Amino acid sequence: MDSTGLNITGSVAIRNNRIYRNNVVIWEAGEDQPLPDFLRAAYDHFSGQYPKFHKMDHLSKLGWLAAEVLLQHRPFTGYAPEEVGLVLANRSASLDTDLRYFDSIKEFPSPALFVYTLANIVMGEISIRHGFKGENVFFTSDRYDETLLMNYTKQLLTEGAVSAVLCGWVEVMGSEYEVILHQIEK
Amino acid sequence: MENLMATLKAQIVEQLNLQEVKPEDIGDDMPLFKDGLGLDSIDALELIVLLQQHYRIRIANPEQGPEIFHSVRSIANFITAHQQQNQ
Amino acid sequence: MSGNDVWVLGGGVICGIGNNVPECIAAFRQMKPGMTTMQYLTSAHRDSFPVVEVKADNATLAVKSGLPAHISRTALLSAIAVKEAWESAKLGNIREYRVGLVSANTVGGMDKTEDFFAEYLQDNQSGRLRDVVNHECGSITELVADTLGIRHHVSTISTACSSSANAIMYGARLLKNHLVDVVIAGGTDALTRFTLNGFNTLMILDQQACRPFDDTRTGLNLGEGAGYIVMVSDAIAQKMDIHPWCKLTGYANANDAYHQTASSPDGIGNYLAMQQAMQMAGITPEDMSYINLHGTGTLNNDLSEGTAIQRLFGNAVPPASSTKSFTGHTLGASGGIEAVFAALAVKEGYLYPNAQFSHQMKELSFSPVTSFSEGNVINNVMSNSFGFGGNCSSLVFSKENS
Repeated sequence: MDSTGLNITGSVAIRNNRIYRNNVVIWEAGEDQPLPDFLRAAYDHFSGQYPKFHKMDHLSKLGWLAAEVLLQHRPFTGYAPEEVGLVLANRSASLDTDLRYFDSIKEFPSPALFVYTLANIVMGEISIRHGFKGENVFFTSDRYDETLLMNYTKQLLTEGAVSAVLCGWVEVMGSEYEVILHQIEK
Repeated sequence: MENLMATLKAQIVEQLNLQEVKPEDIGDDMPLFKDGLGLDSIDALELIVLLQQHYRIRIANPEQGPEIFHSVRSIANFITAHQQQNQ
Repeated sequence: MSGNDVWVLGGGVICGIGNNVPECIAAFRQMKPGMTTMQYLTSAHRDSFPVVEVKADNATLAVKSGLPAHISRTALLSAIAVKEAWESAKLGNIREYRVGLVSANTVGGMDKTEDFFAEYLQDNQSGRLRDVVNHECGSITELVADTLGIRHHVSTISTACSSSANAIMYGARLLKNHLVDVVIAGGTDALTRFTLNGFNTLMILDQQACRPFDDTRTGLNLGEGAGYIVMVSDAIAQKMDIHPWCKLTGYANANDAYHQTASSPDGIGNYLAMQQAMQMAGITPEDMSYINLHGTGTLNNDLSEGTAIQRLFGNAVPPASSTKSFTGHTLGASGGIEAVFAALAVKEGYLYPNAQFSHQMKELSFSPVTSFSEGNVINNVMSNSFGFGGNCSSLVFSKENS
């Protein structure tokens, strides 16, 4: 337990082409590697076994990778699918992909791209990968408000809506990105 | 026909972003959906875009999808029939 | 009144069948769905797809909302519905309470962003940057909160077509935890070329008026609008002389975990959301008086939703209808608009009609209600909102004394 009163059992951060688990760098790529190459290299390193990854947009890839890094290390065990929830937030919603889709409209609008023009699809991808069927919520706010997210997670746990939560920030806009994801258990 | 199928395989890999599949891994008669190549409903829509973009064939009714997109051979047959019709 | 109830005091709606709640009810009563050829949106698809637009231009909406006309239509619609909701709650001066605004939207200021890009692509000096600064979903809510003088809690939720229902759930929890005294919760979305193009590429737009839960349905019609309810906690309700519409007794959200856009064939996410919301409300299937369906009119949604309803209710499915057969699918706003209709159904005993229904779905044993009626005994109403990303929510509204 920490000051939030929550049982945080793991944390991951992805920034500047480095992946941290529990505040330790566990993998990194060159800082000037473009985001798509970084994401592909991270996928090859941590998974390599989920071809649908390549179809995802950057937001979903980042969230999916963070969940992968956490759950490979410490899987959620002993929870029913509907007991695992997701509480995420970011600043730009799906704007990064919205603009890419906008660009595709000029020639042939891509249905595969349009699918990702919603912020919460990243939660769908994580839920599909791990079979989580519990409550999902996605906030959009100017900055990473950890207190709000932690308090809401605490509420969900207290109310019994879920027993385990992935909670954090998944932001991407162009080449700028940041992921902070916590694993929280009852 | 063989050429068309080879071209289609390359186009499918490209359009559907199948980064871990090589065109030659796709069998002529391999089912593209479910147990075969594992494509889904969004991939089917991308295949409709592919036909429009590369072959100028417009499919208005998505219900036709499963029949046309069963395998690379069925897509090639559909394209060939369409081209003959328009000659 | 038991310990932790949440009371609904009022609601506001603006959508393609009315600029306020009484106009919407009149449209149901007169069986007047809102689908027309588009008049306010400019699109190459003008003659292909009917839409359900709010019947007013931005200048008119700006006057009603108190916001400037260059602001995104998403914000204009939101401010108008929030104001109506607040007034209907009869709480007086908004600054006298600790008020939270929880608003959902999925398109943000996309209408302005696409105008910006249209100009920008022609001449990259000409686009007006002012048009894109309010793009993010969050800034729409901030704009509306500022206009109304709401300061205590403002948040924005974006979970596709169930966004508004999730905003209401979040609002209820703010009240239960005494973080604010009053919550205005719901959502807003304006029609944009972006969404029209996107749903067109998904091939799920009907070229005629949509036919939810009809065997011949081929897709949805896009709509636009905003809808909000005003809620207070039990503690506040006790202190005030209030005349509530009903209580919010249950809510739940579940992920279908099946596909990015398609619902699972058995509608497991839909089932879990409905079942858990009813469990929280402490009611059994036979207590349910009416279901406001998600009912978009796509082949996939209606079959999954119908299958999940049959699994939950067996052979005794309560009266059900999709008001999207009037309003179109208003995306991020739909859960808010339909929550107002659902809460009002409890208050007034309304059953809403499902327009354009004539053919029973082969796979289902029930069919929707097709005519408007009032004065029915309505104890519990469920409102379903299911969105892309597998995000499924159900809300239960109940009579005061139930």
